[in-house]
Amino acid sequence: MDYLAQQLINGLVLGSIYGLIAIGYTMVYGIVGMINFAHGDIFMIGGFIALITFLVLVSFGLTMVPVILLVVLLVSMAVTALYGWTVERIAYRPLRQSFRLAPMLSAIGMSFVLMNFAQISQGARVKPVPPIVTGGYTLHEGADGFVVQISNVQILVVITTVLLLALFTWMVSRTRLGRDMRACEQDQTMAALLGVDVDRTISMTFVIGAALASVAGMMYLLYYGLVDFFMGFLAGIKAFTAAVLGGIGSLPGAMLGGLLIGLIETLWSAYFSVEYKDVAAFSILIIVLIFMPTGLLGRPEVEKV
Amino acid sequence: MVSPVPAAVASAANATGVAKAGIAFILKKSLISALVALVLFSLMIGVRTDVGTAGQLVYWTRFGELAAIVGAVFVGSILVELLRGWFGPREGVQLPQGVQRGLSWAGRLIGPAALVFALLLPVIFYDQRYILDLAILVLTYIMLGWGLNVVVGLAGLLDLGYVAFYAVGAYSYALLATNFGLSFWICLPLAGILAAFWGILLGFPVLRLRGDYLAIVTLAFGEIIRLVLLNWQDLTGGPNGISGIPRPTLFGIPLSSGEDGLAALLGIEFSPTHRIVFLFYLILALALITNWVTIRLRRLPIGRAWEAMREDEVACRALGINITTTKLTAFATGAMFGGFAGAFFATRQGFISPESFTFHESALVLAIVVLGGMGSQLGVAIAAVTLIGGFELFRGLDQYRMLVFGMAMVLLMIWRPRGLVGHRAPTVFLEHNRAIAADMVKEGRG
Amino acid sequence: MSNDHILVVDQLMMRFGGIIAVGGLSFTAKHGEITALIGPNGAGKTTVFNCITGFYRPSGGELRLTHPGGATFQLEKLNDFRICKIAKVARTFQNIRLFPGMTALENLMVAQHNALMRASGMTFLGLFGVPSWRAAEQRAIDRAKFWLDRVGLIARADDAAGNLPYGDQRRLEIARAMCTEPALLCLDEPAAGLNARESAGLNELLLSIRAEHGTSVLLIEHDMSVVMEISDHVIVLDHGTKIADGTPRAVRDDPKVIAAYLGVEDDEVAAVERELGQ
Repeated sequence: MDYLAQQLINGLVLGSIYGLIAIGYTMVYGIVGMINFAHGDIFMIGGFIALITFLVLVSFGLTMVPVILLVVLLVSMAVTALYGWTVERIAYRPLRQSFRLAPMLSAIGMSFVLMNFAQISQGARVKPVPPIVTGGYTLHEGADGFVVQISNVQILVVITTVLLLALFTWMVSRTRLGRDMRACEQDQTMAALLGVDVDRTISMTFVIGAALASVAGMMYLLYYGLVDFFMGFLAGIKAFTAAVLGGIGSLPGAMLGGLLIGLIETLWSAYFSVEYKDVAAFSILIIVLIFMPTGLLGRPEVEKV
Repeated sequence: MVSPVPAAVASAANATGVAKAGIAFILKKSLISALVALVLFSLMIGVRTDVGTAGQLVYWTRFGELAAIVGAVFVGSILVELLRGWFGPREGVQLPQGVQRGLSWAGRLIGPAALVFALLLPVIFYDQRYILDLAILVLTYIMLGWGLNVVVGLAGLLDLGYVAFYAVGAYSYALLATNFGLSFWICLPLAGILAAFWGILLGFPVLRLRGDYLAIVTLAFGEIIRLVLLNWQDLTGGPNGISGIPRPTLFGIPLSSGEDGLAALLGIEFSPTHRIVFLFYLILALALITNWVTIRLRRLPIGRAWEAMREDEVACRALGINITTTKLTAFATGAMFGGFAGAFFATRQGFISPESFTFHESALVLAIVVLGGMGSQLGVAIAAVTLIGGFELFRGLDQYRMLVFGMAMVLLMIWRPRGLVGHRAPTVFLEHNRAIAADMVKEGRG
Repeated sequence: MSNDHILVVDQLMMRFGGIIAVGGLSFTAKHGEITALIGPNGAGKTTVFNCITGFYRPSGGELRLTHPGGATFQLEKLNDFRICKIAKVARTFQNIRLFPGMTALENLMVAQHNALMRASGMTFLGLFGVPSWRAAEQRAIDRAKFWLDRVGLIARADDAAGNLPYGDQRRLEIARAMCTEPALLCLDEPAAGLNARESAGLNELLLSIRAEHGTSVLLIEHDMSVVMEISDHVIVLDHGTKIADGTPRAVRDDPKVIAAYLGVEDDEVAAVERELGQ
């Protein structure tokens, strides 16, 4: 029981990170209708930016952890957001009115570019970081000596995720930008006719998605203590799986899917085998889609005849 | 109603305005690009991190490189803007009728000419092992492209896990040959059949899925196959792969230096090149069979049903076409060709491991199909030569290779979103065999 | 029900969530007749069509189809493609669903899929081009040519269907449906978007299909000139139920029909009729 509780906590944390990335996929899919294959690599870039900022700040003699975290968070979000913007501007915008597969291939190309860019500019070696946020709480100590713990990093990841989600939900449902985004999602032509700046709205979607992914990258860095140029691929695929599992285009769905994938992975590793955790995640995705072809919270597609 | 005349005048005025303000406009745009580049690269290039001797992280700055790159972006975007100014407006120009006819005539000759060249290639480049190896590689990808083309180009089903069937074919041959000593020629059909079986297995769960749901499930399927191959150590050898896979024989006659080898039987001096040439003709034959079968299938009801399904699934159902079998046959046929190619790959390499069957392979084959112009056999072949050949050309760039390759993919897609050969050739005609323009042809929602 | 009905719809019910699109609809269509299904927008006509052609599974009721030979089919139990393949019901769509990237001829070849599939020995014989397959293919091309000729599109056989003008596309869709050799042809607003001349041509085409091929036709149409001129029998729907049923003339004079179209209460109809001097 205690073991399960511990695994649930771990799964929740991993799921939060996946969820943050998944939102970027789902937002872009909702508005532009394409799979942004480079999004996983944006997450990886976010991790690198956070790492570099952290390193530079520490070398300047800054020691207050909360200040460091805040600055790292802001810098990482801002710079990564610009990456998101640039990728959209270069690789996707010229293909917006085009066929479905062209932007996808362009995105795959962009993913290669970003991955290789990070490899060249920062080297291929895995970069470990010393623990920045340490300590934690013991929640329960079982009779058999097993201890259920929640570390401060885990608390930080979950709280940051919840705060960002709240902010993000408010933005989509209450602000002008959110309204424009929802309008573009429904009908871009009509939105443009009604005075919505479609280009800008789409750009902002990529910017916000990239910013959230960079937060995920930073959380990953804090939680696992390492980054490397290849980490975006698998995390990206998992997050995309999460977005589809939840029902692509649905924001709560992305978060739900992220949590589910995180939990499945953690529980499978804990009770069955670590090697097959990804197989489990992917298999559950396939099984869910057999019975719910549009994911858990996706709108069922009504076929107009 | 707004009269069109003032609008035209305004746009003309606007055009001259742009021409006049050109320099300032270009400078401004380039300056913005440079600023963006500065922010993007300031941390990623300006600061280099690495692991120090004691395992701690260290960093050093590279402001020189940063400045150089930002400068390059500035100059580069000025050049791009200037080029756009000079070449941009001429894009819509129609070639004269005669030239167009000449081009289409030449286009018809490309296929046969390429075939003749391919047949003669081992003769021309007999001494150049590198070129033969490269040609074998290119042909393998042409075959994979043609196989995937059935699924993506004809049936309009987006498959991001095609490499799974390639892997199934390769491992089928490797396991059957190393464990049971079966010969290549028995294993080849078996590999195809097994891959087709896996294709159907993948097909069932995805029957109701559309678009990107289908994409992620096929991707997941490809990853599952790879992960199982990686972790099922007892059967597949895990990350170490399978080595010592038997080389193919010429119907039982090995291409070795031994007494029973082909060279000895023919009474000629043995050369390792014989095997390379043999492998070349083997993959050429396999690829041509794939091509022939696909062309035949397109003219059969099943092929027409695939294309009709890509165009409009609902209309297909209304015409009494069973969508389930149509989808499954498309998956099975594509997978079968992938399986053949996989068996060839295993026998050529003599060693396989899960590393050869990553998502990147799927993406590469898909890129070949899309760049080729979905559905066009010739286009796929040209795209395979361009991408694989180009990738080899950039071998000298070493670590920058993937960067250049990725950029090339982006640029090629922007340049030709519908691929190199975008139009579709009809499968049957009464009077005129007229190609159908790309913008008419759907690409499927499945 | 006697055997001279090709289609018997009995208490057909179609619910979408809480909305009842068709509620307990019963009507019949006779062999060799053109039966029109009319009614204001949203009356549930296309829903009825989708139930008959298997795109929706009815929530309740029966749909019985009887071939001229006597074979009967419970359409509500067959799913989509089998309705065309086995029960021989073909349809067109309100918003034209051709295969735009295929030529007109190819469109008609696709329509003969099931017959050609058998002729090609489930692809395997066809792959090697056996003579029987070649002969079957030639027959299919001939049939396609026949129908292209009938709808006046033989000159455009090799053009992409998506490139044809609107009226031609409508006729091509009818030709494509006829290539499946249907016992019942269901046409969803075939005259929509046609001009007066094209519309007259359509009347001729449908009348000749009925006369020469004995195909029964079920038709949804808003264009009253088409409905009144060619249909033998008219059924009027409103809010998912039948409000009138009879010959075109009888239906036209039915006050309930007028009320449904004009959207007024029954007692107001009388006033309208007085004003019109009827």
